Amino acid sequence: MDVLLDIFGSANFWAAAVRIATPLIFGVLGALICERAGVLNLGIEGIFVAGAMAGWLAVYLGAGLWGGVLVAMLTGAIFGLLHAVLTVMLGLSQHVSGIGITLLATSLSYFTYRTALPDVTSPPRIAPFQPIAIPGLSDLPFIGPALFQQTPLTMLALLLVALIAFVLYRTPLGLAIRAVGDNPAAVEAQGLSVQGLRIGAVVVGSSLMSLGGAFLTMSAFDAFFFGMINGRGWICIALVVFASWQPGKALLGALLFGAFDAFQIRLQAEIGQVVPGQVFLMLPYLLSIVALVLVARRADYPRALLQPWFKGQRH
Amino acid sequence: MSFRLESRTDASVALKLMVSLGAAVAALLLVAIPVLFAGGSPLTAYSLIIQGAFGSMFAFSETLNRATPLILTGLAAAVAFRARLWNIGAEGQLYIGALAAVLVGSGLLQMPPALMIPTIMIAGFIAGGLMMVIPTILKQRFGADEVVITLLLNFVVILFVQMLIEGPLKDPLSMGWPQSVPLLAEAKLAKLVPRLRMHWGLVVGVAAAILLWVLVRKTVLGFEIRAVGENRAAARFAGIPVDATMLKVALISGGLAGLAGVSEVSGVKGYLSSDLSPGFGYSGIVVAMLAGLSPVGTVFAAIFVAAVFVGADSMSRATGISNYLADLVVALSLLCVLVGGFFLRFRVRYERAMTPVAGE
Repeated sequence: MDVLLDIFGSANFWAAAVRIATPLIFGVLGALICERAGVLNLGIEGIFVAGAMAGWLAVYLGAGLWGGVLVAMLTGAIFGLLHAVLTVMLGLSQHVSGIGITLLATSLSYFTYRTALPDVTSPPRIAPFQPIAIPGLSDLPFIGPALFQQTPLTMLALLLVALIAFVLYRTPLGLAIRAVGDNPAAVEAQGLSVQGLRIGAVVVGSSLMSLGGAFLTMSAFDAFFFGMINGRGWICIALVVFASWQPGKALLGALLFGAFDAFQIRLQAEIGQVVPGQVFLMLPYLLSIVALVLVARRADYPRALLQPWFKGQRH
Repeated sequence: MSFRLESRTDASVALKLMVSLGAAVAALLLVAIPVLFAGGSPLTAYSLIIQGAFGSMFAFSETLNRATPLILTGLAAAVAFRARLWNIGAEGQLYIGALAAVLVGSGLLQMPPALMIPTIMIAGFIAGGLMMVIPTILKQRFGADEVVITLLLNFVVILFVQMLIEGPLKDPLSMGWPQSVPLLAEAKLAKLVPRLRMHWGLVVGVAAAILLWVLVRKTVLGFEIRAVGENRAAARFAGIPVDATMLKVALISGGLAGLAGVSEVSGVKGYLSSDLSPGFGYSGIVVAMLAGLSPVGTVFAAIFVAAVFVGADSMSRATGISNYLADLVVALSLLCVLVGGFFLRFRVRYERAMTPVAGE
């Protein structure tokens, strides 16, 4: 019991939870925007890898940290555009195209990394983003260290949740995005371009996904290594369902995962290897599956998800 | 000039073949870009890849050895996708199949090879099949999306296997390496040719492809699978037991991926380790798509993908160009085939705009 109190009582733990949740927040928001517009983007796992590699490489080659962020977002946007062309314009299977994008983005990233740095054995390091303390707020007990002494990308992720929720629910653009995912015929009747909105949503969503990867190499760690994404993208796809396609719940889901991960690391350190380490590593995946099964019945899928739309199509 | 799209009702076999070949060629052309970027010559790289994959008896045997699990995971994806059951979990099913083979075949049972080999294959098939039946039931009962669940299960299974080979299944003679106790000699698949690595798993794979072709084309279940894949609602309306058919497809699909695991563990490695598959499950999806979901085509597509991997490894050793090029070819092939699928579904018609004639 004391162990649990020690863990949950430390601000350090909550700071770690927010940190671990950050890439998931970017990923879930990105996936959410795509799916709200009616396009499932299984390219997410590969776009994470591409964002991580491209952002890191840009900084390594001297682009500066924010330059790296920009490069990562552009990389994600390009893969998003490819996915949008295949699924929105050509109407191909969103599942298979997404898997293809993941394979392409992953292999292209690994290939580029190997080609750019042919002879390195240990991954070279960059100077990553440092935490900034927001004056006043960071001194708040508890919440201060957790929310207001993070690196800029974490703060950006938290701000994006509010921004995206605002755009989706309070602006005409958000209304249009939600409508193309639900009832594209109605959007076309309004004289708006279904395909244009969908392509835009997938491109923007994908560039957010790549920020999740960029956070890992430019903020959480200072290097790129093979296999570092390790399923984080897929977790985001599960989290979107868990979040019922709502930004606020997406944040909550990502934070729960972050807290769980931070907790298991500390618990292992405190009580030692009573249980094989793999059990804890399995749990996020198992919890995702359980969450999917529990939520699926009342999941309010965007009704036009997975359905291609061609101009002038009638139902 | 403008163009419009016209739906094709049915695409001929020749057209399908041309689209698959065209896609592979387009992928190879696209690959020239990264090869040039890496400072190599695309033509040299291709010729080295072909030599490395087919240039000698040894090279060809390595290609067929690599193709063996890909045939089985390719068939696993092909049969599921045909029924629009999105099994993305062949990787996990492969590991569960291999695990079942090791559990049964490493001393639990004693019998001659003629019985032992079928026994571990059935064990692996059932284990892999159940691994797909469970998500399918979750989909039917709770509406839980099988794509995400089968994907997530891949990670669960691999961690589970790691836990076992570092724990209860660990080989005490492995000098600390995390690998399982070895299979008995009776449970090992014989080599097809002495001193070459290709083994009887290849025969199993080809036989599975032929059986699956017969199943899909010539049986009632095959008809039901095709009907369910084309239009689930219509199939249900026509009285086809959709849920039962999906469960059978799930068992066959997962089972074939499980067999791939048995084949690898018993034909190549002899023990289970967490590097048994370098992504055979995911490459299987590409193989199935390249083959247009045709069981017999899967055999050839698997050999193509295997040749790319084996050839790229040998090219990489000769030129220093990263062997991740192979993954790149495979990924681009998948995307090109997808685009090809667009041309199978639609005929693109060009129309000349009416030009007004002067003076009228």
